[in-house]
Amino acid sequence: MSMTLVRRDGAGSLFSRFVAPRIEPAAIAAWLGRTAVSIAPLAIMLIILGGIWQIATDRPGATLPSPMKIWTDSRELILHPFYIRGGLDRGLGWHLLASLQRVAFGFSLSAIAGIALGLLVGTSPLAMRGLDPIFQVLRTVPPLAWLPLSLAGFREAQPSAIFVIFITAIWPVIINTAVGVRNVPQDYRNVAAVIRLRGFGYFARILLPAAAPFIFTGLRIGIGLSWLAIVAAEMLIGGVGIGFFIWDAWNSSNISDIVVALIYVGLVGFALDRMVALAGRLITRGTSA
Amino acid sequence: MTAFLEISKVSMRFGASAPPVLEDVTLNIGAGDYVSVIGHSGCGKSTLLNIVAGLLKASVGGVLLEGTEVDEPGPDRAVVFQNHSLLPWLTCRENVRLAVDQVFRKSKTRAERATWVDENLALVRMLHAADKLPGEVSGGMKQRIGIARALAMQPKVLLLDEPFGALDALTRAHLQDQVMEIHARLKTTVMMITHDVDEAVLLSDRIVMMTNGPRAAIGEILTVDLPRPRDRLGMARDAGWLAARAKVMEFLYARHRNPAEAA
Repeated sequence: MSMTLVRRDGAGSLFSRFVAPRIEPAAIAAWLGRTAVSIAPLAIMLIILGGIWQIATDRPGATLPSPMKIWTDSRELILHPFYIRGGLDRGLGWHLLASLQRVAFGFSLSAIAGIALGLLVGTSPLAMRGLDPIFQVLRTVPPLAWLPLSLAGFREAQPSAIFVIFITAIWPVIINTAVGVRNVPQDYRNVAAVIRLRGFGYFARILLPAAAPFIFTGLRIGIGLSWLAIVAAEMLIGGVGIGFFIWDAWNSSNISDIVVALIYVGLVGFALDRMVALAGRLITRGTSA
Repeated sequence: MTAFLEISKVSMRFGASAPPVLEDVTLNIGAGDYVSVIGHSGCGKSTLLNIVAGLLKASVGGVLLEGTEVDEPGPDRAVVFQNHSLLPWLTCRENVRLAVDQVFRKSKTRAERATWVDENLALVRMLHAADKLPGEVSGGMKQRIGIARALAMQPKVLLLDEPFGALDALTRAHLQDQVMEIHARLKTTVMMITHDVDEAVLLSDRIVMMTNGPRAAIGEILTVDLPRPRDRLGMARDAGWLAARAKVMEFLYARHRNPAEAA
């Protein structure tokens, strides 16, 4: 039985799927070469920038810490992101997780509500005329301007912060979804017309997939704005969170800690953007950038 | 010959002030006929096809299919679009499958539909790449999937809108041969829009030559009385073929030159 299988699949192919492929030294060298070529410019740039920074700040009376000083001051923060020393004195990892949790809540709500509203505005001219002017005005309100109103309404820090994320991220999702829905190519609509695909079938099989790349563009902008807003909001509401951590470090004059926290904030923001982009590529099968 | 598809006194006007694009076009196509419509760009030949497809509504006149007026799109008049119009998020097979599921939702079982999809993919020799996305296959392959999708609807009339226009010459020749073969086998009624004289002569039973727009109308209809199956190589030296080709050329380049080129 197994003989016929092997023969039918071609020599050895039945096993080659389970046995790790033999790694050629030449292939490893080639891979290392390619990797080096792609990351070398970045590494050199980081060394140059770090060097300039070190030279500019490595003197008595400098107002900002040098990279070496940051390493000595904040080594514990860098090496132990998940320590807890009681109260708000805990590792950066915990602060980041608290912020990420707020963003996850607020952004999920804005994704759901934003896509729904975008579909409504994109498909109904009446809803478009009624709602679009409101959206255009509200989307220009800076995220933090919502915070006092939000605190007045919820009377608690946590839901207020989540609301600020929600209201910050929802506009690009609504607007991009609506644009995507309105710009379903005529070609696709012709195909749907010829096969008489209408109503929910048209919505699910043509409209939603055709709008998906636009929707994901909106989601990417939205998650970026969420991350921008959460840090500012947390500075004001306090508690555990990366924004509060930065504010607290400023109040205790731990400038080195602030630099470390900023780098983390940047890396996490970058990772969030890439995650949404990746989800978009997987879901739209490569039709979204 | 009884008219299977009847285009009756069709005029088309976009906007009240503009002159009509098409004026008083009447054309009867018999069952199983392969009819090409040829003309310079801007003569409204694609507009005519879209009216037959039901994607555009004629300002005056109408289209009858087997004696019944058609005024909306439907799978009985399947279209192969010039730019293939495959949905990029579906694989080649899923593109055909979407049409088949929709058209035969009630009349075929799930298993029958799946078999029917594969039969049509096999007809255009695309089974091997059926699970690729349209973005992963060549232009000629995309167009073959477009043809499979249209054929899978079992249309009464197959409408081809410059189906090979965007392809290179070798791919085009290959696809023309495939379409000829499929037409011979299935006896489908075909209306094809083209601007390629050789293509029209090779494939058609009749060639409808359009005058230049605006107010484009049918200038002349040429019956191509060559035996089938036609073979591209043999035809190149065939007197009948050369005569037909010369007639179409004469119409297009001597009597009705493209106004854009003449200027």
